[in-house]
This record gives sequence, C-alpha cells and structure tokens, in this order.
Amino acid sequence: MTLTAAGLWKSYGEAPVLRTVSFTVGSRERAALVGASGSGKSTLLRLVAGFTRPDAGAITLNGSTLVDDRTCVPAHRRGIGYVAQDGALFPHLTVHQNVAFGLPRGSSRTARVRETLELVELDAALLDRYPHALSGGQQQRVALARAMAPRPQAILLDEPFSALDTGLREQTRRAVVDALDHAGVTAVLVTHDQEEALSFGHAVGVLSGGELLQWGEPAAVFDDPATPSIAGFLGASLLLPARRDGDHVSSALGPLDVRHDRAGDAAAPGAPVRAMVRPAQVQVRPDGSGAGANATVRSAAARGAETEVVIDCDDPTQPPFVLRQPVHALAAARPGVRVLVAVTGGVVVYPAT
Amino acid sequence: MVLVALVAVLMLVPLGYVVTVVLQVGVGTVAESILRPRVGGLLVNTVLLVVLGVPASVVLGVGGAWLVERTDLPARRFFTVALAAPLAVPAFVMSYGWASSAGWVQGLGGGLLVAVLAYYPMVYLPALATLRGLDPALEESGRSLGLGPWAVFARVVAPQLRLATVGGGLVVGLHLLAEYGAFAFIRFDTLTTAIVVAYQSSFAGPAAASLGVVLAALCLVLLASESALRGHSRLARTGSGAPAPAVRAELGRWRVPAVGALVLLAVAALAVPLLSVMRWLGATDASALERLPSTVGSTVVLSVGGAVLAVVVALPVAWLVTRHPGGTVRRLESAYYVASSLPTIIIALALVTVTLAVAPGLYQTAFTVMAAYALTFLPRALVPLRAGIAQAPESLEEAARSLGVPPLVARVRITLPRLLPSVAAGGALVALGAANELTATLLLAPTGTRTLATQFWAATSSVDYGAAAPYALALVLLSVPAVALMLAQATGRGLR
Repeated sequence: MTLTAAGLWKSYGEAPVLRTVSFTVGSRERAALVGASGSGKSTLLRLVAGFTRPDAGAITLNGSTLVDDRTCVPAHRRGIGYVAQDGALFPHLTVHQNVAFGLPRGSSRTARVRETLELVELDAALLDRYPHALSGGQQQRVALARAMAPRPQAILLDEPFSALDTGLREQTRRAVVDALDHAGVTAVLVTHDQEEALSFGHAVGVLSGGELLQWGEPAAVFDDPATPSIAGFLGASLLLPARRDGDHVSSALGPLDVRHDRAGDAAAPGAPVRAMVRPAQVQVRPDGSGAGANATVRSAAARGAETEVVIDCDDPTQPPFVLRQPVHALAAARPGVRVLVAVTGGVVVYPAT
Repeated sequence: MVLVALVAVLMLVPLGYVVTVVLQVGVGTVAESILRPRVGGLLVNTVLLVVLGVPASVVLGVGGAWLVERTDLPARRFFTVALAAPLAVPAFVMSYGWASSAGWVQGLGGGLLVAVLAYYPMVYLPALATLRGLDPALEESGRSLGLGPWAVFARVVAPQLRLATVGGGLVVGLHLLAEYGAFAFIRFDTLTTAIVVAYQSSFAGPAAASLGVVLAALCLVLLASESALRGHSRLARTGSGAPAPAVRAELGRWRVPAVGALVLLAVAALAVPLLSVMRWLGATDASALERLPSTVGSTVVLSVGGAVLAVVVALPVAWLVTRHPGGTVRRLESAYYVASSLPTIIIALALVTVTLAVAPGLYQTAFTVMAAYALTFLPRALVPLRAGIAQAPESLEEAARSLGVPPLVARVRITLPRLLPSVAAGGALVALGAANELTATLLLAPTGTRTLATQFWAATSSVDYGAAAPYALALVLLSVPAVALMLAQATGRGLR
C-alpha cells in the first residue's frame, strides 16, 4: 500500500507547524521521520491518521484519496493503525480485550489475538493482565499488536520507544521491526533519535521547523546530507574550512577528495567552502609516520569505549577541533604529543557561511 | 456548547431573581426595609457568625489536619477519621443534640458552638488533602536552611495550605449564611431564619425578598473576598520521583494537651450529639416509627432524582472545561459555582417565584425540589466529573478510532467506562447532601411529601424530641457513606 503526502500545510493559529510537506512511502516499506521536538513530526502523523485535517494538501493511500480540499475520510474508516507515544492502552480492558478491540466479533477473534501476540513476541500468559501490570516494553508491544490485529493498510508509530530504557528500547525496536516486516505492512515512524530513524527502514525524512528538508534512503541521506545542520543532526561531524582547488578542496589537513558537492556552481575556484567529514574518516598517527598535517594534541579524555581529544593544527587557518574515536584508534594521542592528522575517503562540500 | 449556555442561564435564575426583586421593589424600598432596627440586629448576628465562625473553623480544621498529618500524635489513624466524622451529623441534628441536653446552648454563643462543630471538617478535609500531597522535601529544605518546626510551618507549609484554608473557609462561610435548622432550633435569629419566618407569614412577599437581597449580597462579598485572598502563587510540586515520607514534628510536652484537645473536640462534635440522639431514642413512641419507611422512600426518590439532574447538568460543563478549556467555558463554570453558592433559601424563593410566574404547573412538585437540590449541590457533582474526564484522555479515543471504531462508539466504549465511577461518586455526594437538605425542602416540597429532614423538623418543632430521634439517627447513618467517600478522596484513596 503506497502512502503519499502532497503539499501538506497545517497551522495552529498564526504559526505554521507544517509547510508543504510531500513524500511517498512505497508498498510494504518502512519510513522514519526524524526531527527535534517542535519540528511538526507528530502533527504530520496525526494528519495521516485522520485525527486532524490539513489546511492544504492531500494524502492518498494506494491511489485512493484519504484527504484533500474536498474530501476527508474519518479516522476510523482509513484502515490506518496508530501506535501512540505512551501506547494509549485502554486501562479498563485486559491485554486480550485491548488487542481484540478493533476486530469484528466472531469465532476467529481469539485466534487473531493470539496470532498477533506471537507476531510481537509476547507471552500468551499476559492475555488476562491489565495494562498497569505490564512493563513499559510489554505495553508498547501490546499497543503494536492492537494496531496490527485488524490488518491495517498502514501503521503509524509516534515515538513508540522513547519512554523505554536504552536496553529495552533496542530489544523492543527489533521486535517491532521484525513484526512489521513479517506482516508486510507499510509503516511510518516518527522519532527524535537519529540512530533509530536511520536503522528503521527503507526511507528516512528529516523534518525541521515544519519543513521536510530531505527524504531518501537512510544510507544515502547519511552519506550526502543536504545541509551541514542535517549532517550534524544525523551524526557527529567535523566541518573543516577549505578552498576549492579543481576537483579537490584544499584544507589545513591537505587536499581532500570531494564525495558530494553541495556548494553549487556559485563556488568559483579558490572560493572558501566547508568540508564535512565524519570522525571515523580522520586518522591521528604518531609524528613521522607518513603523510598528513602536523598538529599537537592539546588534551585527551576517556569517554568509556571512546577517547575524546582536542587537537591544535600547526596551520592557523584550521581552528582546534574535537574528535571522538575508539580508544585504540587514539592510542598515540596523549596531551602534548606531536601527531600527523589525515582524512581518508571523500568529503561533502558546503558553501562557506 | 449551546446546551451548556442554556443550563448556565437556568443556573443564574436565583441570582436573576435577586436582581429582579431589587429592580421591581425599588432600591429605596429595599434599603428602607433593610435599615429597620430589627434587620440591623439580624445583620449583626449574621456577620458576627461569619466573622467569628470562619476563623474558629479554620483553626480547628488546619490545626487538626496538621496534628494528624505532620506530628507524632498517638492514634493518628483514629483521629484522622474522628475529625472528619462530624460531617455525618447534619448541623440541625448537632443543634438538636446539644440544645436538647444543655439548656445554655442558645444565642450567638450557642449558634457558634454548634455551627463550628458541624462545619469545621470542611476546612479539615482540604487541609488534610493538601498536607498529604505536599512534598516533604519542601519542609526538609526549610529545616536544612536553619528553620525550626514552627518557622517551617509558618513559612513553608502555611503558604501551601492557603488555597485549602481559604477555599474551606469560604465553604464554611457560605454554610453559615445558608443554615436555617440549626439556628432556628436554638432560637438564634439570622437573616436566613428571618427569611423563612417572613416567608411562612407572608409568602414570597417583599419582606422575604428584600432580606434575601441582603443575604445574597453578603454571599457575594464572601465570594469576592475569597478570590482576593486566594492569590496567584504557584504551588505545584516540581521535580519528579516518589516523595519520601514526611518527617513528623515531635510534640514533646505538647503531646498531652494536643491529645486532650482532639479528644475534647471529638466528644463535643460526635459523642454529645450521638449520645443525645440515643437518649431520646429511648423516649420514642412506636407511633413515631410508623412513617419511617415511607419517609425514607420519598427521601430516596427525591434525592436520587436531584442527583441524576445534577449529574446531567454538570456533565457537559465538566466535559467542556476538561476537553475544550477557554475563557468562555471558564466563565460558564464560575457561573455554576456562583449560582450554587447562593443560600438554599434564595434558590428556593427564586424557584417559588419563577415557577408561579412562568410554569405554575411545576409549583410544589417533586421536580422543583429536585431542581433545587441540583442547583444547590452541583459543585459536588462537577468536581469528581472533571477528574473523571481528565482520567480518560482524548488519546484513548483516538486509539479507538484508528482501530476502526466510529467517534461516538469510541466515546461510549472507552470514555464512558472510565467516567462511571466519577458519575457514581458525584451523584452519591449530591444525593446524600439532598437527603439532609431542610430549608428548600420545607418551602418547595409538595404538600404531604415527607423527607427525613422535614419529619425530624416537624417533630422538634412540636418539641417531641423522642419522635425526632429516629429520623436524626437515620440522617446520620445516611451521611456516613458520603463522609467516607469524601475522606477517601482527601486522603488519596478514592476514585481509581
């Protein structure tokens, strides 16, 4: 079931919360929308679910219109499942009654409840429990089972893992992704956690200030972020001042290969640009061990499995930068030590500020 | 929304009645009848009653709550309940219990004694609830900043208690203004007793009406001073995590006096009236019991009817206030509270006048009595309903809709079950209040209709204390569940 949003606009009072948001999620695909709080991601989900109506734009599911200027299919006729942030389990109903809530009355009801619980890897012994007697992870799985039981055409998940502990979150997330995969249902997840977004499925969208800034395959978006702020939002990044030099850019760390050029045509040869590198691309080696820029380690601090170092380059055009890498990769970097710094792999080039 | 506005208009009938009286009779005539020396005396009595009775109730209520909740008082559980229990004794039964045993209970002193004993729990309960909910970390911080127990109470606890104290004080004040039976019994004249006398002699004539205007004005003054005293300070608990149990102040050498004072209070507010009722029960004729079953029946019918009406009227407002809050809705809600805080005698007079003028068919019918109950006890239904609706958040209905259930069905299947305990609690509180109601019932009940309160009153009026005793006992027993419910709410064990 292909889910399409076109030109969605929504404002509460004067302030627009969503501005011309458009995207398509292919049939049986999973997409994640990531954004900081206040970016409009929950509003977007509520528009798709049918709890609120957009001011402009259209949403279609498999070609049929859910909402546009003229029509608006009410939430209960959309066939779209919804998993709220806190699960929103009905507190006066048992697990069984919750999961069976959206199912038509009949003999196959109990069978479907058990089947869905298996799908989300929940013990059937929990069937007669009330929501308050479940753990947070169990509640979320019941909420997912409840949404999946009526075999919806698509499922929306509103930050379903944010209330869980780190360990439980990973485990629940895996169970949810497996269940969605197994059921082959189109799914949209919203989250503020970039790692969660990047690992959820086939597409990721970056929302900020009500605008969908970028949409694409997770690996592609991570590899080629449209702006430096998206790059920083999706993962740690370093921005190096650089100048255009033919096919390359030159920086204090030497000539750098260009992987993607986001500076556009405006940047003439010799013009200042910024080069984005991921920390994993930076190599810090002991002095005299080959090519690289000369630099001094100012400080090094343990951060568990990683070490965080501050490095001063000899070249005055490069401000000191902070780098975090696995402990073994920075074994040579002790305060006051002279090192060589080099970049491997290509960089993404952005206009200078 | 339209429905709510309509109901709010109906709610304002009593207030409208007061204004109409002033306009019709003319400000001059009203002023004239008020300035008569006799009315001056009534006014002095009434004002003294409030000015002395409210602070006394606050001292007993807050002091009692602090002793049971924040000190190492012995037998705290017992005192927690014993201090709330007098609420089950209607004020006129309290008056009967004292005055029929001690002849010196009369006049202002007697009126103050019985009224404060009957009404101080209305400060005690909210104060108890506030102290229970108060994060002890606040008091601990005060102690760690070098304050002694008394300074902590004055500078940390008392400001937090202000809302409860002022709110409870207002409720006591409103009851003192509205009370008829307790004062009439010991021949202590207040505006309310005078209105009933004037009504009985000249019906809803100008005398009763202009006294009603003065009474309503006093009530509005009380409401205004409450909102002025309430203040706007923020009292929310910040931070998260479960609060630690409170550190209780050590009473030390005050232990014996504190226990003595509370025992004295319990004896005065519970033992005296109850023993008195028991004593008179010995003097009851069998004939007095004949009417008891039918009286209980009609009391139940009228008060349950009033409760249903109150819940029906309160539900849309509670819904709007919780789900669609806004300026207009808040004003509507406060109109409800203002209307309900008018003394029952005013509500009754207004209903007599309005039914006779607009719908004579409704005059002295069961429906009018129920309407008076609903108007009077509406806040008792509104408060639990609001809490109940807040416990059924919209996200649950949304979840149901996303499962293919139409909005109305979702409301019935999800929100209604969550709401039923609140409907039951609110309805019960209204019904139990209505069962004890005397003033409006005396004025509005169809001829021949008897309730426990009116039967009790008829018996005491003919000084047949023995015949009154079984009705007094029935009234007390009937109030016990309501008091238990209120106490459970105050101590956080109710409505889950």
